[in-house]
Amino acid sequence: MADWINTILQGILTGGLYALLAAGLSLAFGVMRVINIAHGDFAVLAGFIAIALNQWLGLTPVESLLVAMPLMAALGYVLQRFVLNRALGNDVMRPLMITFGFSIIIQNLLLQGFSADSRSLYAGSFSTASFQFGGQIAAGYLPLTMMLSAVVILAGLQQIFSRTMLGRAFRAASDDPEIVRLMGVDNRHVYGIAMGLALAMVAVAGVFLVMQTTVAPTDGPVHLLYAFESVIIGGLGSLWGTLLGGVILGVAQALGDKFDPGIGTLVGHLTFLFVLAVKPNGLFPKTKDR
Amino acid sequence: MSLLHTDHLQAFYGDFQALYGITLTVEEGETVALIGANGAGKSTFLKALTGLVKHGGGAVHFAGESIGRLQAHQILARGIALVPEGRRLFPSLSVEENLLMGGYAKRPGPWTVKRVYALFPALEPHAKRPGTALSGGQQQMVAIGRALMSNPRLLLCDELSLGLAPIIIRDIYAALPAIKQEGTSVMVVEQDTSQALKVSDRVYCFQEGRVSLTGRPADLTRAQIAQAYFGV
Repeated sequence: MADWINTILQGILTGGLYALLAAGLSLAFGVMRVINIAHGDFAVLAGFIAIALNQWLGLTPVESLLVAMPLMAALGYVLQRFVLNRALGNDVMRPLMITFGFSIIIQNLLLQGFSADSRSLYAGSFSTASFQFGGQIAAGYLPLTMMLSAVVILAGLQQIFSRTMLGRAFRAASDDPEIVRLMGVDNRHVYGIAMGLALAMVAVAGVFLVMQTTVAPTDGPVHLLYAFESVIIGGLGSLWGTLLGGVILGVAQALGDKFDPGIGTLVGHLTFLFVLAVKPNGLFPKTKDR
Repeated sequence: MSLLHTDHLQAFYGDFQALYGITLTVEEGETVALIGANGAGKSTFLKALTGLVKHGGGAVHFAGESIGRLQAHQILARGIALVPEGRRLFPSLSVEENLLMGGYAKRPGPWTVKRVYALFPALEPHAKRPGTALSGGQQQMVAIGRALMSNPRLLLCDELSLGLAPIIIRDIYAALPAIKQEGTSVMVVEQDTSQALKVSDRVYCFQEGRVSLTGRPADLTRAQIAQAYFGV
């Protein structure tokens, strides 16, 4: 019994990582209608930046994260402002193709710089130690931290969206990108900030990812898929839905693996397909069609 | 010096020329109406002024500055605000948030959310509701309030009366004097010619992308206007 509870708990906490991966994807789509095919690759890039900072400069994992986040945010702003903004319009395919290009470029740069080996960020006992509940049930410090970070980041994002002028500008730009300019909003700049925020969040996910497991330079698309599935299960545009989507996906995978090691991924995908078939708009859809 | 002065302003949609050299002026504190049939270029002219449509020749001077090459958000910062055709409120924002969005540029001036509610008391009870959940007339009030929140020197209104009952239109136009009292100049685009003549100091009639007639409403005869309107 405790076994099953542990498995489910593990799945729930993994959902935190998926939600972190998914939040940036959801933000970029919600505000700019950019489907960022390179999102998983950005996570891997952030993870490798952290590994490099750790190995070459001797920074601790936390310090690496604190450096990787603003770096990724700046990269996001620059790529949106000077590349993606030029492709925005009524056609969602053009920005999508560009992010596809980003994906290929990132993977190949990482292969050049780090070879094809899988790597991870060694975080000492933090990666393996766990918190015991009443003897039989245990939750790892790392998964707990991931879930906590996800909740804090999503709550912060929620506050930005509902209480700040920037958040209102995000929502207004999502509603009507033409009229928002008549409010005095420089939408190119606001889109840059949104992508910067998205990549800062994916940096957190990427650094946790390389702390939790080994990652190869070409692993991005797999993580993109998990992020997509979390977003779709939860419903587009709903932040807490995304967290729930991540949790559902995480639990499905953990239970699958418990049943037969190796089929967890498949069970996750099947769960996603089931939700897609039953509720095509996800559990809590929020984004309106434009 | 005029507040707004356009000099042979042209505009294109791709290869299609929508404006063939519009020259007009708006003085400080004046209300100017643009009338004309559908497709005469009135809305395009407003879009060209506000930077939503890139213009293809001519010049725009506002308060002594050439603004023809500026981006939409820079033009708003200079003090030109547009109430767009069809209201175009932000559906995922509440009434109050729509108004706050209008104040994004933080231009100094008299207009606040409170002042807008004082001007349109019907809005205050709906402050927390989505802007698009309101009646058409109330939505139009939100759209006007949103534009006022940027404290414009020139307020452009595109088809305020579109799709509204006559009694509602009267209520909305009743707000105009309070707006002008703050020294704001107003340009209204109207298909409802009698309404336009009633509220304006001067009228420009557009026809197929050109100004076909201009003058003070009192000096123009119905026949002249019909001629300029339809070109027959």
